[in-house]
Parts: sequence; structure tokens; C-alpha cells
Amino acid sequence: MLRQRSIIPGFSLTMGFSLTYLGLLVLIPLSMVFLKSSQLSGAEICRILFSPRALAAYQLSFGASLIAAGVNSVFGFLVAWVLVRYSFPLKSLVDALVDLPIALPTAVAGISLTTLYSPNGWIGSTLAQWGIQGSYSRLGVVIALTFIGLPFVVRTIQPVLKDADPEVEEAALCLGASRWQTFLKVLLPSLVPATLTGFALAFARALGEYGSVVFISGNMPMTTEIVPLLIMTKLEEYDYPSATALAAFMLCVSFLLLFVINSLQWWSQRHRKKLS
Amino acid sequence: MNDPRAVGPELKRHETAPIRWLLIASAIAFLSLFLFIPLLVVFINAFRDGLALFLAAAADPQTAAAIRLTLLVVALVLPLNVLFGLCAAWSITKFDFRGKNLLTTLIDLPLTVSPVISGSIFVLLFGAQGALGPWLASHQIRIVFAVPGIVLATLFVTFPYVARELIPLMQALGNDNEETAISLGAGSWQIFWRVTLPNIKWALLYGIILSTARAIGEFGAVSVVSGHIRGKTITVPLHVEILYNEYNFVAAFSVASLLVLVSLLTLFLKRLAEWKRQQVFLENAEHGSQGGGN
Repeated sequence: MLRQRSIIPGFSLTMGFSLTYLGLLVLIPLSMVFLKSSQLSGAEICRILFSPRALAAYQLSFGASLIAAGVNSVFGFLVAWVLVRYSFPLKSLVDALVDLPIALPTAVAGISLTTLYSPNGWIGSTLAQWGIQGSYSRLGVVIALTFIGLPFVVRTIQPVLKDADPEVEEAALCLGASRWQTFLKVLLPSLVPATLTGFALAFARALGEYGSVVFISGNMPMTTEIVPLLIMTKLEEYDYPSATALAAFMLCVSFLLLFVINSLQWWSQRHRKKLS
Repeated sequence: MNDPRAVGPELKRHETAPIRWLLIASAIAFLSLFLFIPLLVVFINAFRDGLALFLAAAADPQTAAAIRLTLLVVALVLPLNVLFGLCAAWSITKFDFRGKNLLTTLIDLPLTVSPVISGSIFVLLFGAQGALGPWLASHQIRIVFAVPGIVLATLFVTFPYVARELIPLMQALGNDNEETAISLGAGSWQIFWRVTLPNIKWALLYGIILSTARAIGEFGAVSVVSGHIRGKTITVPLHVEILYNEYNFVAAFSVASLLVLVSLLTLFLKRLAEWKRQQVFLENAEHGSQGGGN
């Protein structure tokens, strides 16, 4: 099955350790979810996956993740654009802080955003004057998921924008295109694959997010309960069949997204090579 | 000298100043709403009632116990991650074999799994109703709702970081250096320590930084397996949650601000490692082109 075509030593040792470790820590535990759900009958799985509470949770999780990834695609694009093309004071600090949502523990993000967007918080009180509730609402979930997904979009678009050949734009301008036309017809199409990849990465990250949402959402079943929280609740109630079936469903969605993201990245890389 | 064709488009390529500043201002406004102000909120709430209360919260025995546990978890998780990362990167980049792409994808798998599911798989495996539950109970071994479970869940979520940083770099560097060392009679360990490691040390450090940050900050997965036993299975992020849910906001934000400092330090070190890595890579690229290798 495995073949070695190299004079460099250490293949069996490193490969053996890698596969054993991967198997023991990742593959066997993950397969438990599917093994356990296969012990449930089809009717039972349907009852769990299509219960009103689960359906409401999917609606919120998928809906809020889509909106957050959409917001991030637009504003992440803007942030990447500004960071690559313009110079302004403290730019490198701003650039470094874009990675904060990846480095910051989600619980810290959760309590901070909740405080900020709650009816007596700085931004929340302004929103409340317009009759909008920030924390403890579905909007709160979108806010937390937008925070979480931001770096994924910015960091996928940034390198592509940096590599974009200025001569292509100059050619368009020399041929009489306006700046706006050049952006829409020349630059934007070349950035579509990267933006879509960033969107998919932010969406996948948002779908699984738990730490920050659990504080800001208020966790009301049927209205502000996301799927990971529902799984957590079922585990705490020792309702293992429900937790397993829901986890298996979400794992399938994650695997599907992983496949989509890999294909997008492959497409994006091919596109990039063509451009430069 | 003053070729207008060279200057004209270059000037036009940039937006007019008002549009430029409008775009910069909107980007900064967006980042402020979602990044900068939340960051500020942590510190303002931590020091709201003065430095004395902040220090009291940071020096609380429960906080100290949480910090000790988190450091213990990091100390156990890091060596295993480094060992796995090096082994996986070595086997994937130095050899050809079937299923290489599948293996690379499988290594990334934990990144796409929800933290809650990452934690629950260990409850399903080692919990009272889990596959190995009865056997563990009869031998009086506790894994879930105890420290080993927290270590396992953290290992799972930090699993890909080191390997992910090393694989692309080692792929780009190629095998020429190692092969030359072998032809000169170097042993396996000599090749690794003298040839490979100096080239990958910054990427390795970068991976270590990322997995340390994640290990310190992991909340979802650890929350599932911890069992929330005071002073025993509470890591720092869980401690923040407990304080916050007890309406002890100053203490919650004080401990949170320590975590913020750790993540700011992470970002700084990350930048440094990125910069150093690029330098090493550029140096190698130069040597490579001189030698006429691949």
C-alpha cells in the first residue's frame, strides 16, 4: 500500500507514529459518533433530527452563520482592500489585530460582546433607542459569529490582492476603462474564488462555534438556541441518543464543507496561477 | 526620463483621496464595532473598580488553581503536538506514497469539527454510558469529568496546528539539502538537527504558538468533558464563565484580561515568527537558485 522512493531515513518510524496517533486520537473517537448513531433505529433518528426544537436550532445556526459569513465577505473584502492598497496611521497594528478572533479565547469574546451589545452596554444602549435588541437575541448570535469569522475572509483575500499584477489594471485603464469599470470587470472577477473560499471558511467556523454564542444568545430553546448548544444540553440531560444523532448530522455537514472548501481552494489556486 | 506613460496609469490606479479615506474609515468603523471596542471593554471592566479589585481577582485561590490546571494541560499537550507535527510533516514531505492527500486532509479534520462535538466524542468513548465506560469504572479510572479528559479534548482541538505549519514549508524547501547531507555521510539525527531543523525552526515556533494559544483558550470542548468541579477541573476560560454567571463581572473581566494579554502576546510572536520564517525561506530560495536545484 505504502511505498518509499527516497534515500532519506525514517519513513516507517514517522509514518507509523503519525498514523497511530491520528487513529487513536481523532479517527477512533470520531467514528464512535457514527457507531453509536447506527445503533439507533431509523425512526428514532428521524424523530430526533426532525423534532421542532432541532429544526429551530438548524434554522438559527445555518441562518445566522450564512448572514455572518455574508457580512464578513463584504466587510472582510473592504478590510483586505484597505490593508493592501492604502497606507494610513497604525496600519500594521490594525493588520495584526485582524487575527485577534483566532487568538482570543471564545469565552472572553463572548462576555465582552455580550456586555457591549446588552441594553445597558455602550453600543447596545444606542441600538435599544432604535428598538433593536443586541445581546440575548438572534441578532446577538449574528454579532458573535461575525466576530469569529472575520479573519478567515480577510486572510484569504489579502494574499491574492497583494499578488494581483498591476499591469493588468493599467492595461484596462490605458484601454479607456474607468476606475470603477476596471474594479468591476477586471479586479473583482479575479477575487471571486478567494472571496468564496473565505466565505466558506467563515461559514464552517461559525456553524460549529459555541463559546462566544453561549453568552450572547440567551439560550432560549426554539428561538436563540444554536445546534452545538442543543447537543451540549442533550449531553447534560444524559440523553445520549439525541446528542449522538445530532452530532453525527453536524459532522456530516462539516465533512461536506471541508470537501467544498478544499475544492474552492484548489480552484482559487489554479485561478491565481493563471493571473500571475 | 519623464515618460508620461509610466506615470499616468500609476497615478490613476489609486482612488481619489476622498474615496480612499471613506473606504479606510468604513473599514476602521467595522473593525471598531467588532474588534477594537470589544477588546477595550475587557480592560475597562477589569479595572472599573480600581487596581486593588483587579489584583484581588487575579490572586484569588480559585483563579490560581485554574491557571495551574491550564498550564499543566499546555505542558502535557505541547510535546505531543510537536512530536506528531514533526513526524507527520517528515513522512508527508520526504516520501512519496499513495493516499498522501487523504492523510493531509485527515490531519485538518479537527479544525472543521465543532468544539462541542470534539468534547462529546470523548464522553461517548469514556463516559459512564460510553464504549469503554464500564471497563474504566471497574478499574476505577476516571477520564471524562477529570483532568485526563481535558487533556484529551485539548489534544484533539490543537492536533493540526504544528503539522499544518510545517508541511507547506517543508514541501517548498524540497529534499535537496537532506539528500546532500546523506551523500556526505550524515546520520539520521544529524540530518534532522543540523539540516532540517534550522530551516523549519520558525515555522515550528509558529505552530507551537498557535497550539499554545488554542490550548489555553479552548472553551467548548473542555466545557463538555470538564464536569465543572471547583478547584479540580476548572481551566482559566471555564473560570471566566463561572465568575460571569455569578454576576462577578469585575473578577470575570480581570481574569479575561489576562487571557487577552496572552492572545496579544500570541499575535506579536506570530508576527515575529512569520517575518523570520520568510527570511529563512528567501535565503534558501537564493541558495537553491544558485545551486540550480528544483
